[in-house]
Amino acid sequence: MDKVLMSHGGGGSMMQSFISEIFIEKFNNEYLSQMEDAALLPGKTVFTTDSFVVKPIFFSGGDIGRLAICGTVNDISMRGAKPLFLSASFIIEEGFPIDDIKKIVDSMVDAANEAGVQIVTGDTKVVEKNSADGIFINTAGIGILYDEAYASIKNGKPGDVVIISGTIGDHGMAVMGDREGLDFDPPLLSDVAPLNKMVEKLMTLKDAVKILRDPTRGGVAEVLYEIASMSNVGIKIYEDKLPVKMNVKSACSMLGIDYLHLANEGKLVCVVDKDYAYKALEIMKEDKYGKDAAIIGEIDSSGLVTIDTIYGTNRIVDRPIGELLPRIC
Amino acid sequence: MQGIINRAKELIDRYNTGESIKIMEVCGSHTMAISKYGLRQILPPNIKLISGPGCPVCVTAQNEIDASISLASQGVTIATFGDLVRVPGNDSSLQEERAKGKDVRVFYSPLDALDYAMANPSKEVVFIGIGFETTIPSVAMTIKEAYTKKIKNYSVYCLHKTMPKALEALVVNGSDIQGFLLPGHVSAITGSTIYNFLVDKYNIGGVVSGFEATDILMSVVMILKNLKDPKIEIQYKRVVKEEGNTEAQRLMDEVFEESDAEWRGLGMIEGSGLKIREKYSEYDAEKKFNIKKPNSRTEIKGCRCGDVLKGLITPKQCPLFGKACTPLNPVGPCMVSSEGSCAAYYKYGE
Repeated sequence: MDKVLMSHGGGGSMMQSFISEIFIEKFNNEYLSQMEDAALLPGKTVFTTDSFVVKPIFFSGGDIGRLAICGTVNDISMRGAKPLFLSASFIIEEGFPIDDIKKIVDSMVDAANEAGVQIVTGDTKVVEKNSADGIFINTAGIGILYDEAYASIKNGKPGDVVIISGTIGDHGMAVMGDREGLDFDPPLLSDVAPLNKMVEKLMTLKDAVKILRDPTRGGVAEVLYEIASMSNVGIKIYEDKLPVKMNVKSACSMLGIDYLHLANEGKLVCVVDKDYAYKALEIMKEDKYGKDAAIIGEIDSSGLVTIDTIYGTNRIVDRPIGELLPRIC
Repeated sequence: MQGIINRAKELIDRYNTGESIKIMEVCGSHTMAISKYGLRQILPPNIKLISGPGCPVCVTAQNEIDASISLASQGVTIATFGDLVRVPGNDSSLQEERAKGKDVRVFYSPLDALDYAMANPSKEVVFIGIGFETTIPSVAMTIKEAYTKKIKNYSVYCLHKTMPKALEALVVNGSDIQGFLLPGHVSAITGSTIYNFLVDKYNIGGVVSGFEATDILMSVVMILKNLKDPKIEIQYKRVVKEEGNTEAQRLMDEVFEESDAEWRGLGMIEGSGLKIREKYSEYDAEKKFNIKKPNSRTEIKGCRCGDVLKGLITPKQCPLFGKACTPLNPVGPCMVSSEGSCAAYYKYGE
């Protein structure tokens, strides 16, 4: 294959091999090879970046501006760090409505205020009509560890417990619903939210918090596979414990999509020492964005990611590959 | 849920004679559901669920895939269902054409493709019409609407197939099947009487099944119960009526007529496809763009999709399965499509 395909950016296994073959090998250094959501630099500093190209720009439950702030805030948080300063870069297509930019910026300000971060540097480029699609935003951010570098994707051990901070697949299905014109009552809404306040409280459990990961592109399934591979363990989840909204479930069965593959923008997967599982769950449930938090599984030594179904059977969790495409039949 | 499953298990045990029974499902959504729910773990070992030619992408012939890909390079906008974009052709795929800058767009519904054509009158939009009776009425609707509104920049490359003749071809060619799990969505349109020939001519019964685990298990119970006196029955009564959706049937019949069709694995089957009627010929992309199906290699080397589609082997018995052929690097369409049986076996670790 000599051209980049949409599947290379879909967040699944195709993107993983693309990134490691093209980028990681060449850029390789001790910080990059941590392979975490954010790099841990000397002086307990955490640094990350993310680009936002969501279509539609204004989606049910949020917009590209809120997403651009929350995405980077959350990536810093997933290292157990307090996000402090962000950059914001805009690539804007000629002809894009100024009013829309104002709305996006207002939304960024609201999200930044909520998360308690400041946007301290930025850049703006305007490109010719058709050289970009509307607006693309890049944000980068730095933060400082709350304590020590407790949370790492490599820390999972058999016996640890897997917790999700709330309902699965809300963002991915809201955006897909907007694109496909799906109308649900109650409506499908994105969960886009900053999780740093929840993480700050979780980190009081110190090294009992083994792994924090936000299941964005590729969804919960991809995060579970990444944990299994980087921690060299297996994971078993329980279907009857997975929190999923009824409307998301219905839309998934209509479109033939697995909710474990859908992106989340306001949820985290947390792996904790089993003795602290209920304490961690309690902390999450007390948070504004964690009231549906649930223990969904446990780490084992199988090397596989499996699910106990509600039918009393057990199977492999399907790992997402590339683009999410609705089925035909 | 466990209680209902246990009840189904009891019933299966009650009607299980212990002899080897093969039940074939012929709908991609059933294939996925069976693997996803892990139903093979629930059934006794003598009762085997095997997958037939129920995945629309999988049964599309290689030369039809290649013709669609070469159409993309002619500067038209290709409108298609999702799965088709990833199927490898002889030397490209629709997603590779899209990466080269060709206009390939994925639509969930053909009506969206027609809307797109109407909103973009300077583009020539061709919808790749694949699939069975589930999707055919909505494609028929777009053609009729385009005709009524005199839309000139929309057409359909009709590769549609219909189920009954393919089932007959399977039975005639000697597949060892004791019962069919008949497709729920297709039958919602066609009704269940189209399958009566299975009993009348071949003494094989079938049950139109829903898609929940309990639907499928109860359908298995119904098939077992009637083994000695085969019948066509409907388990999925909440959706499927014996006479089907007559409105949709009328619409299909108005726009399409029967034709021969080539199936991957099954070859040419007389009367198993559809073509666009003369009245609507200006919406027939095959005529509009003079599409000639190329002489594609009929099978990809080593790929046994054809035998999988006929239920002769399980995906795991293909030498390429899980080695040269994975969802990441699919060799054949049964691994590409989200409804393909190879994909189902691979994804859910069967």
